[in-house]
Amino acid sequence: MCSLCGILGCDDHWTNAIARPGVYTHNHDMQSRRAEGMRRMKAVNSILSYRRLKLDVWQGRSYVVTSPTGASSVFEALSHLWPEAEALAGRAFDPLDEGMISWMEERQGA
Amino acid sequence: MNPLLTPVILLTGFLGSGKTTLLQRLLTDPSMEGAAVLINEFGEVGLDHHLLDRIDDNVVLLKSGCICCTVRGEVADALSNLESLRARGEVAFDRVVIETTGLADPYPVLQTLTAHPVLRSHFTNGGVLTTVDAVNAINQVAHRAEAVRQIAAADRIVLTKTDLVEPKQEQALRDRLARINPASRIVTTGEDVSSILGGFEPMSLDQTLTWEPPAEHECHPGCDHDAHGHSHHEHHHAHHHDDALGVTSFSLVIEGPIDWTIFGAWLTLLLYRYGDRIFRVKGILALDGEDKPVAIHGVQHLVHAPTHMEHWPEGPRSSRLVFILEGLSPDLIRRSFSAFTGVSRVRTAA
Repeated sequence: MCSLCGILGCDDHWTNAIARPGVYTHNHDMQSRRAEGMRRMKAVNSILSYRRLKLDVWQGRSYVVTSPTGASSVFEALSHLWPEAEALAGRAFDPLDEGMISWMEERQGA
Repeated sequence: MNPLLTPVILLTGFLGSGKTTLLQRLLTDPSMEGAAVLINEFGEVGLDHHLLDRIDDNVVLLKSGCICCTVRGEVADALSNLESLRARGEVAFDRVVIETTGLADPYPVLQTLTAHPVLRSHFTNGGVLTTVDAVNAINQVAHRAEAVRQIAAADRIVLTKTDLVEPKQEQALRDRLARINPASRIVTTGEDVSSILGGFEPMSLDQTLTWEPPAEHECHPGCDHDAHGHSHHEHHHAHHHDDALGVTSFSLVIEGPIDWTIFGAWLTLLLYRYGDRIFRVKGILALDGEDKPVAIHGVQHLVHAPTHMEHWPEGPRSSRLVFILEGLSPDLIRRSFSAFTGVSRVRTAA
């Protein structure tokens, strides 16, 4: 796990833990792993849309984050999502920023 | 804790706080007979290993200075070598103790254990044991961030030199330590080894579960907050400050089920952005679709694999997340949690 990169999906990340005794995970089999991957993509895209970015799977193995101007960045693991997204947006994703919190609150209320 | 993995206990504490003395005591206990020891010594000449009676193949001195920066690879190498020796039958051990330097931040070693592709298959975090010098700690925590980080990362705090201070002074220190890290049990070095190490696991959430917020405090003119550890008016006394360095501990108490995936996205982003200021996050969660609670436990950027708990503790089944952090607003974190997860019934508690 790359702790500095804001991991979201690599194999040993806590949000995507490998199924083993005692460990809580949604990755019980291929079907549940795929469903959880879709849910994670949706949750992340909800946050990325604050900077009008979008995340997709790229060629089934990697990820691509794209900006509204068409700029894109491909990376192998969701572990690299936040630095890649911030580089593409040219701005930070700060979950404690008043503007971002208000924006998320409005989305929840919508 | 996975029984197939060897626990690694991190023994840390500020300079002169009695780590080696405690290690010597621990190693005399039968339960520690099978322990391998790694010692990190700051400076060119290692001294601490000479203070240990048991110098053998299982005691390794790490040479290259401060454990929090240069020595990370060396810790990994030393553990890998120990594992190789064990695999070849040349040494036997059932746990490892790493004694850090007094200036070490425990996080990089914990991160190495979790992230290293080979080590994580053989070793696991066995908990952080932090020694705290009863004579000097009040001053150290007021001025040295390293001391605060070591205390914040502790799964158990061991008070040393308590015979040199008055009971009142010791109690004041205990109160201060409890404000920095309310989730850690505090013992004294004079207690039995079984008491110091008993029930000592990084995932133990006993203190979190039993730690009830104090009754709401009514302010009055002339109220002396510093004397009783309460916090700022605007936060409704819902967290504790360690005044000098701005270290705060508080918990989010969350009513209603939490969506695990959305929670994961939020906490990951929070720790990506602020992991260097969030010394500790620990708690139990009531997740959507789950009967049993799920425990999570993190130090700075690092979060361990979440675990299923057997049952809920007595009392209301609300989620509780304890944060120990520096320079961040508890109320902003509460608002951020609600905004990202859509769970509105969230309050901060001390």
